[in-house]
Amino acid sequence: MDLATFLIQCLNAVQYGLLLFLVASGLTLIFGIMGVINLAHGSFYMIGAYMAYALAPLVGATVGGGFFTTLALGLLLSIAFGYLLEWGFFSFLYEREHLQQVLMTYGLILVFEELRSILVGDDVHGVAAPDWLSGSVPLGDVMTYPTYRLFISAVCIAVALGLYIVLARTRLGMMIRAGASNREMVQAMGVNIKFLYRVVFAFGVALAVLAGMIAAPVSSVYPNMGGQVLIISFVVVVIGGIGSVRGALLASLLVGLVDTFGKVFFPEAAGVLVYLLMAIILLWKPEGLFRQG
Amino acid sequence: MKIDARSLPLLMLLVLAAAFPWFGEKYYVDLVIKVMILSVFALSLELLVGQTGLVSFGHAAFFGIGAYVAALLSPQTGPASFWILLPAALAASGIYALAVGALSLRTRGIYFIMVTLAFAQMAYYVFHDTRVGGGSDGIYLYFRPKIAIGEVTLLDLGSPIVFYFFILVALVLTFLLLASLQRSRFGRALAGIRVNEQRMRAAGFATYPYKLAAFVIAAMLAGVAGFLYALKDGYVNPEILSWHQSGAVLLMIILGGIGSLRGAVFGAIAFVALQEFYQSQAIFGSFAKHWQLPLGLTIIAFVALMPQGLIGLSTQLRRRAAA
Repeated sequence: MDLATFLIQCLNAVQYGLLLFLVASGLTLIFGIMGVINLAHGSFYMIGAYMAYALAPLVGATVGGGFFTTLALGLLLSIAFGYLLEWGFFSFLYEREHLQQVLMTYGLILVFEELRSILVGDDVHGVAAPDWLSGSVPLGDVMTYPTYRLFISAVCIAVALGLYIVLARTRLGMMIRAGASNREMVQAMGVNIKFLYRVVFAFGVALAVLAGMIAAPVSSVYPNMGGQVLIISFVVVVIGGIGSVRGALLASLLVGLVDTFGKVFFPEAAGVLVYLLMAIILLWKPEGLFRQG
Repeated sequence: MKIDARSLPLLMLLVLAAAFPWFGEKYYVDLVIKVMILSVFALSLELLVGQTGLVSFGHAAFFGIGAYVAALLSPQTGPASFWILLPAALAASGIYALAVGALSLRTRGIYFIMVTLAFAQMAYYVFHDTRVGGGSDGIYLYFRPKIAIGEVTLLDLGSPIVFYFFILVALVLTFLLLASLQRSRFGRALAGIRVNEQRMRAAGFATYPYKLAAFVIAAMLAGVAGFLYALKDGYVNPEILSWHQSGAVLLMIILGGIGSLRGAVFGAIAFVALQEFYQSQAIFGSFAKHWQLPLGLTIIAFVALMPQGLIGLSTQLRRRAAA
């Protein structure tokens, strides 16, 4: 493997890892703060990708298109959707056993997948990247790298930074962190915990939807695309430690590297390597790299 | 086992199942075979979830390994020996369970659910991505094994009626095994772990080996179910290890009612009945292809309204009447 190929694979690994981080960070926050195991989180990623596919022509017809307009519309819709879903469904799960949470969110996956099948059908669709991002950047003498993938990484890094600032530097972030470590105490201090949960959930959904929307031009959209992302995100959360956004970031990059280079060096065993990584980490640290609260 | 009013429906079911091949249509006889195999599968998970309190979301892996071993070790030219096939299926699922259990039992709660899911997915990718078992196309099993001693054939599972009763006996044996396990010292220890693991440890039980033993036994029984499933269909593909299968079997035990062996059997019946109902084109017409939508809604409503399952329905109603 020469240097240019190695570089390209590194960029791919980072891009994949960062994208996973968007999904896994929402998942880990929802686990850590509300104590809910949400199998339907992968569906939000799927919904995001299908939104990128379905909203683009709609936006094109009404306001003359625009990639960022579509993205913004999708995000607004997803926040509203997440808020309503928490109010109408997830808020009933908090007091229940894990097993019941598993089954009810599993039922939700089936509902989302079939609604997708009814509304959009079961075909695979491509999604076009915006023109100004569809070129490629030269890398070395002969190799090039698609600009859009760099764009994905840039968006993810911006979101990660934003997430850090919100969690570590704002009043809302303080309440979220406090809510994660002691629910009752925060409530006693006069914080509206129900509203806090709703906000956290809506942001979690928005992160997964954003991941799906920006990934769609690279991955195209297809049935059951949420399932795979869900399980890899679980692995990320397990490695990183439940509730830890920092852990999720480190674990996503680790999983991205292992998966990408695994596919290069051991194409047959690539699917298994990520789980082996998880097994090794579990032997070493059963509670993940960064355990919170 | 004591015969009382509660085991009466179960005995009636057994009599019905034993008589069924003589009056049922072939389609329904096959369906009953499927229900019986899934009952073995659900019973095996009940030992883990209901008796020990360990919610595993990766139980399909062991089912799938049992099925793949049966298909891989059967020659294409004639029936394999049952005495090799079944022990091999048991050993394979047991060994994988030992490795997975040893690792995943270091965690608890949400972690345990996710870790078991991840390890099941790992097994799924082994069969899906590599050529071990024909990749995503799966492999065929052409001949059901013969149960023979020396040259004397005791049972030829190739005969439909023999196969039917073979499955029925397997189900009854699994049920009796788990029922006696439940009453044993081992079973009491598992119940103690479910209720309060800290206290069990304080009482001097090393809980980890008990949980690991339960995990391996449950996996081996799931391996038996998978083994029978491969013999029934004569075909296995990676989808039988998928996490949807793990979800389905969890659903079965919660449908029937967690915490009782009868519940697992009733749950398997209810699950297959629901599936058949929603997939029926006679009832739903062209909407039947979207059968997962009503199934998903049913799951949500059922868990929300009847978390005790079918078994708990009478208690639930009585409590409501009293209140």
